[in-house]
Amino acid sequence: MSGALMRLRGLIRKETLQILRDPSSIAIAFVLPAMLLLLFGYGVSLDARHVALGIVVEQPSAAAASLTAQFQQSPYFAPRDFTSVAAAQTALANEQIDGFVWLRSNFARQLHAGRDPNIGVFVDGINANNARIIENYVQQSWSDWIAAEATAAGTPEITPIAVQPRIWFNPAVSSRDYLVPGLIAVIMTLTGALLTALVIAREWERGTMEALMVTKVSMHEILASKVIPYFILGMGGMVVSVLIAVFLFDVPLQGSILVLTLAASLFMLAALGMGLLISTVAKNQFVAGQIAIITTFLPAFILSGFIFDIASMPAPIQWVTHIVAARYFVAILQTLFLAGTVWSVLLPNLFALLVMAVVFLGAARLAAHKRLD
Amino acid sequence: MTAATEPATPSPATAAPATALVIAGITRHFHIGKRDIVALDGVSATTTPGLVTGLIGPDGAGKTTLMRLIAGLLRADSGSISVFGTDVRADPLAVQGMISYMPQRFGLYEDLTVAENLDLYADLQGVAPATRAARYAELMQMTGLASFTTRLAGKLSGGMKQKLGLACTLIRPPRLLLLDEPTVGVDPVSRRELWSIVDHLVRSAHMTVLLSTAYLDEAERCDSVLLLHEGKMIGAGPPGDFTRAMAGRSFQARSARLSKRALQAALVPLQGVTDAVIQGEAVRLVMDAGVTPDFAAQAKLSDAAITPVTPRFEDRFVDLLRAKAGTTASAKPVATALPPRARPENAASQVIEVDHLIKRFGEFRAVDDISFAVKRGEIFGLLGANGAGKSTTFRMLCGLLPASSGRLQVDGFDLRTAAPTARGRLGYMAQKFSLYGDLSVMQNLNFFSAAYGLTGARRTARTAWALDEFELAPLRDATSRDLPLGFKQRMALACALMHEPDILFLDEPTSGVDPLMRREFWQRINTLADAGVTILVTTHFMDEAEYCDRLVIMARGRILAAGTSEQLKQSCRDAAHPDPTMEDAFIALIEADDAKSNPRAEAA
Repeated sequence: MSGALMRLRGLIRKETLQILRDPSSIAIAFVLPAMLLLLFGYGVSLDARHVALGIVVEQPSAAAASLTAQFQQSPYFAPRDFTSVAAAQTALANEQIDGFVWLRSNFARQLHAGRDPNIGVFVDGINANNARIIENYVQQSWSDWIAAEATAAGTPEITPIAVQPRIWFNPAVSSRDYLVPGLIAVIMTLTGALLTALVIAREWERGTMEALMVTKVSMHEILASKVIPYFILGMGGMVVSVLIAVFLFDVPLQGSILVLTLAASLFMLAALGMGLLISTVAKNQFVAGQIAIITTFLPAFILSGFIFDIASMPAPIQWVTHIVAARYFVAILQTLFLAGTVWSVLLPNLFALLVMAVVFLGAARLAAHKRLD
Repeated sequence: MTAATEPATPSPATAAPATALVIAGITRHFHIGKRDIVALDGVSATTTPGLVTGLIGPDGAGKTTLMRLIAGLLRADSGSISVFGTDVRADPLAVQGMISYMPQRFGLYEDLTVAENLDLYADLQGVAPATRAARYAELMQMTGLASFTTRLAGKLSGGMKQKLGLACTLIRPPRLLLLDEPTVGVDPVSRRELWSIVDHLVRSAHMTVLLSTAYLDEAERCDSVLLLHEGKMIGAGPPGDFTRAMAGRSFQARSARLSKRALQAALVPLQGVTDAVIQGEAVRLVMDAGVTPDFAAQAKLSDAAITPVTPRFEDRFVDLLRAKAGTTASAKPVATALPPRARPENAASQVIEVDHLIKRFGEFRAVDDISFAVKRGEIFGLLGANGAGKSTTFRMLCGLLPASSGRLQVDGFDLRTAAPTARGRLGYMAQKFSLYGDLSVMQNLNFFSAAYGLTGARRTARTAWALDEFELAPLRDATSRDLPLGFKQRMALACALMHEPDILFLDEPTSGVDPLMRREFWQRINTLADAGVTILVTTHFMDEAEYCDRLVIMARGRILAAGTSEQLKQSCRDAAHPDPTMEDAFIALIEADDAKSNPRAEAA
């Protein structure tokens, strides 16, 4: 056996023994992704449900009762009745309701006269995203009701154009189906970078790195001995995440598993490369952990298009997103899970991931030298 | 001296160069923030193949930096180093193929077993699988670890870890072995074993060894010594040359009339005295060259008995440092004026009482039934290796850790019921000066006086006292971090004394500190003790034990012996050790204890 091979074998065996004996690596690779996925998968949803909506009926009428019933039947609303605008306003200010609909005293009269009855909608705008969703839901319910009333009365619809929405790729428009694949990318960024950054920082902390460095081992061998075992561990975490997504959250996996494996491998290499790069500057585990979270997890969360649409970001921020590896992986995952193996989307993103992996691993190799200064 | 720059010739077995290591004009700076630290300043040296060369110097002398430069882990700003003719900078990998290096904190993987650690280093060093079994057996036999191969390295004792580190370093016999402070904090028995391994290697494998240490008494075990101080080489040669230079200048002084401290205080300021330091019950005296110790003119010293003693390495070191600084013992100002304390004169009272103290951590007894008492104004030592239970005892005495059982009293307060009150009576100086490096001297003094609850006029008075007493006034606005080590130590002591404690706890106060600083520090401590402050010292440093009035020797959580350093040393006097050192006494006690406990273990 050549010297290099023997050294690499020795290092990898050591790393494997450490992984098996020290539960922290296994926790980062398997428990952390599973926990985050469960937490976010169940906790984070962009769909508004059971919105506390006030309905102010100044003068009861058959029409008003019918509209109220419409809201009550909707899964999106949990309506509460008010008799005056003032009471509803107080409730809104006290955050007891998220918005209210105001049916004026002349509501029924206007409607019967064939005029637009002009309902008022007030929404708590503190959470802009929620406000927009509530507004849309109310609008939708209102149009549905008007249409139904018009049909019943045999009069032409007041709303001139009827929109027939048809949603592709995520027919249920479930935000979870959209979020979970993206989430996998965010979580794998964190675990991949944390794994390598922490284990190398640990070697610095415990003084083992200094002892390694004076042997004939080369920096290539040290880096390879970190990448290989933790790549396997990280991919294990990836498998756990995909299984949770498919079997627990029922996210459909439309695309090729082979392509998914390829993309995940490239992405894992990029993430491990980031971790290696971090470890060249952070020589204790605490700092390494902090840097890993700030430089990988946060950008992956905010700038990957996982929640916030990249196309609607200002141009300079959009440029920045190009150096976030998770961005490409999020695009790949969302495509593979929801749309299928769409090569026109996958190829450029796979190529970008390949470049990222080469750049980060290469930079880590350049930054790591066998000296303490 | 010329740097060997000829290209590496990889035929080392046949070539027999006259020098193993050539260090030529090495300078290395470190930049930490805006600070520029000169770790090594134009250091040149050579070492001879097949010898143990000691790199000796106090902490901060530049020993580790030099080791790392030789190992190719750092680059010099200027100068060159070559190992058996190969320039380190030009070809670090070739040099790393010839050397083995054991860093100060050797990189053992604590979650791997002894055998797995050996396997790893055998793989890294390219030891052929066929030869491994024999090599492992040899190393395990040499280090006495043969029966522990399946134990996790983290579960070994400090001395065993150090020996395993050495075994890993030696897995492939190197031509040059670099050992960075291998004996620091290790118990004397393991220390002696480590040294015998090193001696054996040099003789049997004709290995060249460079070993760094801050223990001056280890100089005499080396074939050759490089003495490093503040980044400069201040002496080189066989240790015999150092002590020969002191021939006829070392004496021991005893006086029936004066206490050892009074005797030392009387000797230090005299003309012609290079050094006067307490050693057991006597005072070790070093005279300036050509001066005979004749104190007839001094009425106080009329009964002093002066007898010549063999010079030791430290005498020469102090002599060199004094010559360099251009001072004599007398020129060194020390604190003298401490107001005598007004307190009930119950001189015989025990200030610290420890009675059948036990501390358990699960099944493990870190402190196992110890008892001792310390009188007012006494300097009392807890001597033991790392892991002997000293720190645990200390923490219990500070009220930071509850005892499992037993009684603990400090200044009359039971620590079980009145820990905060007792704590208010004591000052504590940690091993690594626990001051705020970013604050100025004055800010630190203010902070610590506030932390001790001093306010108004008392605080002003105490900070003024500290600045004056410890000569810190010119440095009041200097950033603490930038102070020289000696001033940091003074400041740490000042901070511990802000609230005028009756009891002072010192945790390895002068281990690794240069001899002049150590003398200055202990003179202050002596003054405090004379003023009635009770002083408790923990240390693994044999030399520090000599400064104590009484001490206990601890191992494995138990007290093996108690008494004055003189009594402890004399207790093991025999034909083999006509003039035993504290270390001899320590080893004798541990061996006696092993002999006593082993039959019992077999019977159980």
